[in-house]
Amino acid sequence: MSEREFDRAGPPQPVLLANARLVDPQERREFHGGLIVKDGLIAEIGAHLATVSSLDDMREKMRVIDCLGHVVAPGLVDLQAFIGEPGAEHRETLSSASRAAAAGGVTTLVCRPDTHPVIDDPAIVDFVLRRARAASALRIHPSAALTKGLAGREMTEIGLLKEAGAVVFGDGHKSIMNSQLMRRALLYARDRDAIVSHFTQDETLAAEGVMNEGEFASRLGLSGVPKVAETLVLMRDLALVRLTGARYHAALISCAESLEAIRAAKSEGLRVTCGVSINHLTLNESDVGDYRTFFKLSPPLRSETDRRALVEGLSDGVIDAIVSDHDPQDVETKRQPFAESADGAIGLETMLAAGLRLVHSGEIALPCLLAALSSGPANAFRLPPANLAVGSCADLVVFDPDEPWIVDPSTLHSLCKNTPFDEARLQGRVLATLVGGEFVNAVASSLPGL
Amino acid sequence: MNGGRSQYPYRHLLGIEGLSRLDIQALLDTAEDYVALSRQVEKKAATLRGRTQINLFFEPSTRTQSSFEIAGKRLGADVMNMSVSSSSVKKGETLLDTAATLNAMRPDIIIVRHHAAGAVNLLARKVDCSVVNAGDGAHEHPTQALLDALTIRRAKGRIEGLVVTICGDILHSRVARSNIICLAALGAFVRLVGPSTLLPSEVERFGVEVSPDMRTGLAGADIVMMLRLQRERMSGAFVPSIREYFRYFGLDREKLSFAKPDALVMHPGPMNRGVEIASDVADGTQSLVREQVEMGVAVRMAVLEALARHLPNE
Repeated sequence: MSEREFDRAGPPQPVLLANARLVDPQERREFHGGLIVKDGLIAEIGAHLATVSSLDDMREKMRVIDCLGHVVAPGLVDLQAFIGEPGAEHRETLSSASRAAAAGGVTTLVCRPDTHPVIDDPAIVDFVLRRARAASALRIHPSAALTKGLAGREMTEIGLLKEAGAVVFGDGHKSIMNSQLMRRALLYARDRDAIVSHFTQDETLAAEGVMNEGEFASRLGLSGVPKVAETLVLMRDLALVRLTGARYHAALISCAESLEAIRAAKSEGLRVTCGVSINHLTLNESDVGDYRTFFKLSPPLRSETDRRALVEGLSDGVIDAIVSDHDPQDVETKRQPFAESADGAIGLETMLAAGLRLVHSGEIALPCLLAALSSGPANAFRLPPANLAVGSCADLVVFDPDEPWIVDPSTLHSLCKNTPFDEARLQGRVLATLVGGEFVNAVASSLPGL
Repeated sequence: MNGGRSQYPYRHLLGIEGLSRLDIQALLDTAEDYVALSRQVEKKAATLRGRTQINLFFEPSTRTQSSFEIAGKRLGADVMNMSVSSSSVKKGETLLDTAATLNAMRPDIIIVRHHAAGAVNLLARKVDCSVVNAGDGAHEHPTQALLDALTIRRAKGRIEGLVVTICGDILHSRVARSNIICLAALGAFVRLVGPSTLLPSEVERFGVEVSPDMRTGLAGADIVMMLRLQRERMSGAFVPSIREYFRYFGLDREKLSFAKPDALVMHPGPMNRGVEIASDVADGTQSLVREQVEMGVAVRMAVLEALARHLPNE
């Protein structure tokens, strides 16, 4: 275990994060104050801890950090990130992904099951958890495949995989087209009280499509993926959820029609949640521009109308989770003609700053954004709650929501540099990230006491 | 051998459905006598002397077929076995052609097993003799339910008021369907346990309690009846794997301890050891599996005798 980079020996010194703008998305409240972290938990929080000068007597007992009025919020919870272990360590490792995540304020992440070998056996879940403990200080939860080998033919050992530590079941970026199998898998998952997270795209309709079907694709001479490819499978799934009573998460929705289907299912009382990638909230099909392959995603970037609808879904709470859908691709697979290049973009490190675009443009409020980045996803996958309550895990992010910066791919921690925010001007920078009360990322000398 | 008892009033035995509590009890009472007869050195009766019994099995079966064969022979019938591999069905003859052909040979009783639900009823309508259903698809297997009832009655002294939990692949099981009806008619409380993928739709409307969990399903059970899980159903289509099935639904010592301390274990056979039942439970002191086989012959003799009373004698 030579890769161990984070020493967890011995209880760390208590930390006071003073003079902070505390945002608790779970409670949808924010106030100026401070927060004490002790033994890995939030020990105290309140307005009386706001002023640093009045806290001199605290300095003997703990490390006092002046947050200069910047935001302190629960660490980000990312429900969907591809990590190359096992089998694609050239694209990303648990170690490199964790560095990128910590730099982006992410404290918990759920890794995709479409590794080599596929995470479809309890022994592989165990392997990932052991590797994660050795190589990362973040909270890493494996998801497991819903069908053996992601082949879409036979369901996996949902009960044993869940006991081994898999938090959710799905086939990565593959849809299960066999409705009979999907029905039985949902029913069986309900018996075992497991959550099914499904990528919804009819592969026969998506066929050779490489971007959103419509005028842009037609002008570029590229085949399109129609929105109905997504809604057809999603609506089938929702009908099967109604039939089986399963707990279901639509992993990546991309268009207004899907949002409406989820909204209706929720108001009907079905146990349904959904996620949307940061890319689909901040970019649209026109960003593909001159065949830029870093914008080739699955599902594809949709129209501006769809993007706006998704942002609205974020405001009114229909969308539970913003995910990075972090998908590192090496240069060889991206430097190809558009139709032949791989799908996917990295996102762990830029997710928060990209999301803040929506706050700065006035499209949504900050607590609302943070809810979809922490408490919402944690609740959707039944992970420990992400909030600022006394007694909760001290998984925290400290960030300056206003600091401008330009994304320089060479400084990103991910092993791959396929970011759609290449050289983008973003506002909002993570200054420190804590997991269980320990700093896993801290920008040197950005805050007094840090 | 039927002094003063109520008599089974039908020409066929196609299912437990439609039989009254008295009909069932009459058959069980007669079977008790045949248990005694079968334990004698001289096991032969003359009830079916001169009669012809055909065992027509469209699905392979060792136990049920030999049990019917022994039952018929002990009652003095001439028994002929016809299994699918040697029949003209393989040459394309329809079920009804087969029925007409057999009927022309003037048998007195035909025992039929078929893979399609309802096939035995169809055949019974086309022949002049008595027909016994030895299992039709996932529909009914009435003599199995009767032998199970007899086994329980002899082991526990009663059936009324007992809690009987049936576990496993209920969906594909004719044994479960016949037992649910039979045990309910005799006053037992029936519970079903199995993964939801192996439960028939709306099965709770059969008047049973349903549980996806062995702990709750076995709590307070007097009888634990395990069902066989077919190999082709345990690799992903209905349940993920054998080891996962055994983990949650295989009857081992620990799960059996959820039931009453004096609970008894049954299995219609053939058993998949290590799939639905652990070997030490199958062979343990609480197991009734061997008694079930013995009761099978006695119950089938009782059924044959009851039907023989309705055969023409001229």
